[in-house]
Amino acid sequence: MGIESSGLVASVAVAEDGVLLGEYTTNYKKTHSQTLLPMLDELKIMTELDLSSIDAIAISAGPGSFTGLRIGSATAKGLGLALDKPLVEVPTLEGLAYNLYGCHGLICPIMDARRNQVYTGIYEFVDDEGQTSVDGAREQKLVLQSVMAQTAMDIHELLKELERMDRRVIFLGDGVPVYGEVIRKECAVPFSFAPAHLNAQRAGSVVALGEVYYAQGRTISSDEHGPEYLRKSQAEREKEERAQGNAK
Amino acid sequence: MEKEICLLAIESSCDETAAAVVKNGREVLSNVIYSQIALHTEYGGVVPEIASRKHIEKINQVIRQALSEAGKTLQDLDGIAVTYGPGLVGALLVGVSEAKAISFATGLPLLGIHHIEGHISANYIENKELEPPFVCLVASGGHSHLVVVKDYGEYEIIGRTRDDAAGEAFDKVARAIGLGYPGGPKIDKLSKEGNPDAIAFPRAKVNENEYDFSFSGLKSAVLNYLNACQMKGEEVNRADVAASFQKAVIDVLVEHSIHAVKQFGYDKFAIAGGVASNSSLRKAFEERCATEGIQFYHPSPIYCTDNAAMIGAAGYYEFIKGVRSGYDLNAVPGLKLGER
Repeated sequence: MGIESSGLVASVAVAEDGVLLGEYTTNYKKTHSQTLLPMLDELKIMTELDLSSIDAIAISAGPGSFTGLRIGSATAKGLGLALDKPLVEVPTLEGLAYNLYGCHGLICPIMDARRNQVYTGIYEFVDDEGQTSVDGAREQKLVLQSVMAQTAMDIHELLKELERMDRRVIFLGDGVPVYGEVIRKECAVPFSFAPAHLNAQRAGSVVALGEVYYAQGRTISSDEHGPEYLRKSQAEREKEERAQGNAK
Repeated sequence: MEKEICLLAIESSCDETAAAVVKNGREVLSNVIYSQIALHTEYGGVVPEIASRKHIEKINQVIRQALSEAGKTLQDLDGIAVTYGPGLVGALLVGVSEAKAISFATGLPLLGIHHIEGHISANYIENKELEPPFVCLVASGGHSHLVVVKDYGEYEIIGRTRDDAAGEAFDKVARAIGLGYPGGPKIDKLSKEGNPDAIAFPRAKVNENEYDFSFSGLKSAVLNYLNACQMKGEEVNRADVAASFQKAVIDVLVEHSIHAVKQFGYDKFAIAGGVASNSSLRKAFEERCATEGIQFYHPSPIYCTDNAAMIGAAGYYEFIKGVRSGYDLNAVPGLKLGER
């Protein structure tokens, strides 16, 4: 089961052995608190899901809207506690990048982080070196590799970073409508924007990447899980700034 | 014999992460509170974002501990009660989302409970004979309400604060005389060393409604007094200030409350909320109620502070009335008492 509520999108999905049984995504102004669980309930009914049969809950673990992340996390934690199942944390930007499986070049998800920043990371798909060919078939498995780990940064800094890497890049995420013009003006490498069906967070990607991580044993107990905010609270930041000011 | 109803209750409206298991609304099987007070002290008050982050970090452990201390598993329970307002929206959402997920996973009925209804119901826990109707004063950091409890879950607010809540005034005055946060317990303690009649602070009346409160004038009077002392270079006796301020708050709370009990013709009165654990306030009400022939009820301090047992108590009476919440239950930060 996958849950994604880090941004405006609310999305839930159920996958079994590489098959997406169902996915329900809305990108509407209603709060996640009103949408997420009713959607999961609908999905459960439509896929005749026996909740006790799930192996793990994949959660889009941040960064993103603080409140959105917590609604998803508290939902995943409650499910994990009640069903006695582990959680799989999928970093939000990795989940977004996974939308573009198999893409050549760099993948750069950007989420509007306000304060003139974006939450971003740079990713690419590379051949899975660990795989063994099945009966000489020419299948090539790909793994998502992080070129720059997820972080909060200025959009101009990000574009300079991409210029240094000097490779073609595809942007996606809710930062695109906000910073599209800046990218068009300043991006020095060939770039494109992902289309509507691929450019937003979806639980389908979270659950698919979650399956990969689950197979690698990357689970966490529901008690231990908490969102990765990538940013301190305003009060903490201001306190640190004051402390720094006093030190000078 | 009636069937036993056991509820898991969750409360996360402010800076306490709490869970409890309560039987039939009156018997507390467990009451676990993880308090974040220390965390917020250095900021001089509750920081909503920090509170919300701490809730998500602690909520599963707190729930597990509540279940294990009660000797229950989720399968033994009959429902889940959770505070959905009023309070800090981000903080409330943690408890609400968690409770909904547990309800969804187990099939247990979900009950969204009003935080103040919880505080009032805290009185049922240790006073098995207390039943509505009665008058209740709810006083805490965020609320000062005079409520007629007509029946279980049926309330009429007859008085409220026009400005600061009583607990808020305690916090602000405590800060002004350098006691820090949280102000209530600190002023209560320091007052014991001071003279409550040393300084004549005003007792405000609100003309439009005899049951309403106003504490901002009193707070200003204290600040003015402190300023005047500073200007004159006089040393301030902090214990006298604390005691005189506290006496002024208590006088108003007692006068309005007793007046209401008599006017509405009831013979029972209860207090609830964080301020209800103030020892001088209790003593004042005990004495006054005794002379007026009014039965006085109050919860122990552990049930005055934000806790989940009180939510389980309130939840029980909603449960037996057949009230149920849906999976779309949302946090309502400004929820009014008696509204759904």
